Amino acid sequence: METARAKAMWIAVSLLILVWTVFPILWIVMLSFKRPGEIGNQRGFLPHTWTWENYRTVFETDLFTAALVNSIGISLIATVVGVVFATLVAYAIARLEFPGKRLILSFALAIAMFPVVSLVGPLFDLWRDVGLYDTWPGLIIPYISFALPLAIWTLSAFFREIPWEMEQAAQVDGATTWQAFRKVIVPLAAPGVFTAAILTFFFCWNDFVFGISLTSTDRARPVPAALAFFTGESQFEQPTTAICAAAVVVTVPVVVIVLLFQRRIVAGLTSGAVKG
Amino acid sequence: MTAVQPAPVAGLRQGRAERSDRSRAERRLGLLLSAPAVAIMLLVTAYPLVNAVYLSMFSYRITAPDDRRFVGFGNYTTVLGDALFWQDVFTTFVVTVVTVAVELVIGFGLAMVMHRAVFARRTVRTAILLPYGIVTVISAFAWKYAFDLQSGFVDSWLGLGDRAWFSGRWSSLSVVVLSEIWKTTPFVSLLLLAGLAQVPGDLGEAATVDGATAWQRLWRVTIPNMKAAIMVAALFRTLDAWRIFDNVYVMTSGQQRTETLSFLAYRQTITRTAIGLGDAVGVLLFLSVVLIAAVFIKGFRVDLSQVRGDR
Amino acid sequence: MAAITMSNIVKRYGDGFPAVNDVSLDVRDGEFMILVGPSGCGKSTLLRMIVGLEDITSGEMRIGERVVNTVAPQRRNLSMVFQNYALYPHLTVFENIAFPLRLAKRPDDEVRRRVTDTAGLLELTDHLERKPANLSGGQRQRVAMGRAIVRQADAFLFDEPLSNLDAKLRGQMRTEIARLQRRLGVTTVYVTHDQTEAMTLGDRVAVLRKGVLQQVGSPRELYEQPANLFVAGFIGSPSMNFLPASVEGTVLATPLGRFELRDERKAAAAAGRRVVLVGLRPESFEDAALVGAAKRERGAVVRVRVDVTEWLGNEQYAYVPYEAPEDLTARLRELSRELDGDQMRTQAVVALDASSPIVAGEEAELWIDTAGLHIFDPATGANLTRDEERVAELGRHSERVRAAKREAQRVGPPS
Repeated sequence: METARAKAMWIAVSLLILVWTVFPILWIVMLSFKRPGEIGNQRGFLPHTWTWENYRTVFETDLFTAALVNSIGISLIATVVGVVFATLVAYAIARLEFPGKRLILSFALAIAMFPVVSLVGPLFDLWRDVGLYDTWPGLIIPYISFALPLAIWTLSAFFREIPWEMEQAAQVDGATTWQAFRKVIVPLAAPGVFTAAILTFFFCWNDFVFGISLTSTDRARPVPAALAFFTGESQFEQPTTAICAAAVVVTVPVVVIVLLFQRRIVAGLTSGAVKG
Repeated sequence: MTAVQPAPVAGLRQGRAERSDRSRAERRLGLLLSAPAVAIMLLVTAYPLVNAVYLSMFSYRITAPDDRRFVGFGNYTTVLGDALFWQDVFTTFVVTVVTVAVELVIGFGLAMVMHRAVFARRTVRTAILLPYGIVTVISAFAWKYAFDLQSGFVDSWLGLGDRAWFSGRWSSLSVVVLSEIWKTTPFVSLLLLAGLAQVPGDLGEAATVDGATAWQRLWRVTIPNMKAAIMVAALFRTLDAWRIFDNVYVMTSGQQRTETLSFLAYRQTITRTAIGLGDAVGVLLFLSVVLIAAVFIKGFRVDLSQVRGDR
Repeated sequence: MAAITMSNIVKRYGDGFPAVNDVSLDVRDGEFMILVGPSGCGKSTLLRMIVGLEDITSGEMRIGERVVNTVAPQRRNLSMVFQNYALYPHLTVFENIAFPLRLAKRPDDEVRRRVTDTAGLLELTDHLERKPANLSGGQRQRVAMGRAIVRQADAFLFDEPLSNLDAKLRGQMRTEIARLQRRLGVTTVYVTHDQTEAMTLGDRVAVLRKGVLQQVGSPRELYEQPANLFVAGFIGSPSMNFLPASVEGTVLATPLGRFELRDERKAAAAAGRRVVLVGLRPESFEDAALVGAAKRERGAVVRVRVDVTEWLGNEQYAYVPYEAPEDLTARLRELSRELDGDQMRTQAVVALDASSPIVAGEEAELWIDTAGLHIFDPATGANLTRDEERVAELGRHSERVRAAKREAQRVGPPS
């Protein structure tokens, strides 16, 4: 029974949630518009004087622009390769009968729970030996393997729901195998693959441990790691505002993706997780 | 089913041979399709893990590779005998328990709101999802700067004067925990939302008619029926929080006795390049994760077949 | 136990569409009332308003002496059996039945006693420790009923409780519900779209159409003396045939043939009208060859061409297509759609004796029992030939039937 009071409560709760989730993001944006000199002198939420200065600084700093290129390139490559691999596995799990199916799913689950830091030392060693240290592939490979579990679950849960007999129906209707695949299966599977891609991209974009451990220069260092090292550079002024400007730059695409694909992300994260 | 076939009777030969051919082909295809993913996952985890166990038996620093010598479990006794290690275990434990407990409560609330929201449903869902997409490091910066003496607004807003949050162990940790909660609660709430959606609506109605109040419905009908989802969320988040690293690195760098296990392992291997010792911490961290997972799966009977999705 | 009194109940949703419109209905203490109608007629909404799961837009709902419009469901002391049973999957059968008692914080020994008694009544004793997921459909259904009766509620509400069972089980559970209700003597409101359930279970049946109450009465009354076209078409299977007819004095000219109205009352009802709809149940037809001369005199004989026959063993149906004027065809098709059917062509369905040798595709002579026909106003759908005296007589009869049924099952309720 929805009474006026209940409705008012819902509105209040919704607003509270909105404030809680959006506020820290807004705070970063505010900081990014403050003059660097304001830090340590004027405290407060809103900038005292608004300025684009930090964004200019950030885009003039090679450290950041290189990191941005690295992050985008590495994450995109890892996403594409990871999703292709995950799609193959998920198709096999959803459609084919073969031994080791459960083993693969359990193994993927174990990887998802793996403490990444335990591997950093040995990987650091290994990568130095084989020359992958501080290179793009040096990050792409671990990203793929740690993003795979989530992608595999999401996709195999999704693929199980696809009415595969449609493919046969299309063939009966006169389609060739290829046409049946392209005109029936691809459109049905595409949303799931796309969702898995978003989740994988978020995972790669978010990484920090590998980023700081397996790189040493801006040849491969991604943005999160670069931001952390940016702090260390002592100049006359605190790098706070510049870091925030850089943070805003890498947050904008994420926010856009969330805004556009909210429904997909929710479906992806919930479908793979719990099935009744 | 067709895995082991006795020699077929002559008359049936054709059909059976065909079927087992087909199933053999299907098997081969299945393994072939899984191969690349499994290979890369093994490459990045299995070999380094074995290597880590091996190296943890040595006294070995990258800066002095010639001094490498076998010490057996020496590194482990060093680590386990060190008060710093146990302090880090305690810190990690407190952070994990607090974040998981708080996140389950808030996450459940958010899941309820997403499930039943009547007002601006889409906006609310999007808002809840936002922190999930934000890079952990950035979330850490945001919260750090908000509480920071130099740049923060929290002190003045709360009328705390010049409270230095990052000068004490527990006050720094509470800010770390806050940022962790902000960033990862959406994930918990999505898992719980999936569980909530599995509870048929008419159960709640039936309980209402049976005389249950809203509170009784929650505790006697809704929560028992989404126990699987709650346990899965708790397991995932516990393991995740146990590995907490990014926030600590950015916010405190482990100062004020806020170092966590992951941070210790990182510091030993990468910063101090004490590979042997660091790997010993890493292996211990790995074992602790296995232990936690085992406790959840055996002790709390978390049904992982639901997570794996293999019904 | 209590009567349920609904006065001018309206349910309007956000879009302003009234799902239930001005329904006034009196369910007497201990009565078995059926709410029936095609899907979307508002019967479930009405039930959910009684139990309190839907708000009432306007009107007054009383249970016993108490106005319950704003009373929360948990304080109405009603119990309900849901379409999907809504058994709690995490609780055993015992705890499912005990659930309402646990909520009311009854002492343990009382809970055990009452659950055991209820389980005995429903033959669930052997299954008390099992979980609902391991039960068959019929057992689940009985657990749901157990949960409803264990509490000694003021009334039972059923929302299409048998629709998930297969046909055979449905028949068994139907008798079980009837027996239980007479035995406990509890006021019951039962929603269904199945007219067999409606006719066999109810003391009285309320027919709803698009949220409006069409007629309330005993099953016999609805069958013999329907108030309008909708009720006449809804009750009875196969449905009543509606033939357009032009009135020529006391003679009705229908597409099947002309026949005379011998009954003065019926002739008077048609008098002065140009066109009417004649309602004839399939049972009102017989193969003329099998009718004796005396009986033949009392009805009319027509010659028709049979299109299809369906032989069912105990009887057979014949389908007789006919031509009808455009406007009336549209009217009849609309009616058919409202009744959840989709009749493509205008045809009469005729129930014949199984021994009738009539062959599809040939002409046949049919005898029509004109005493059983009804005449409807094609514009309003009202039944012009409803016999109020007969209605009153049927009312008295149904009271006798109800008292007798309850007497037959009279045993104390579980205490």
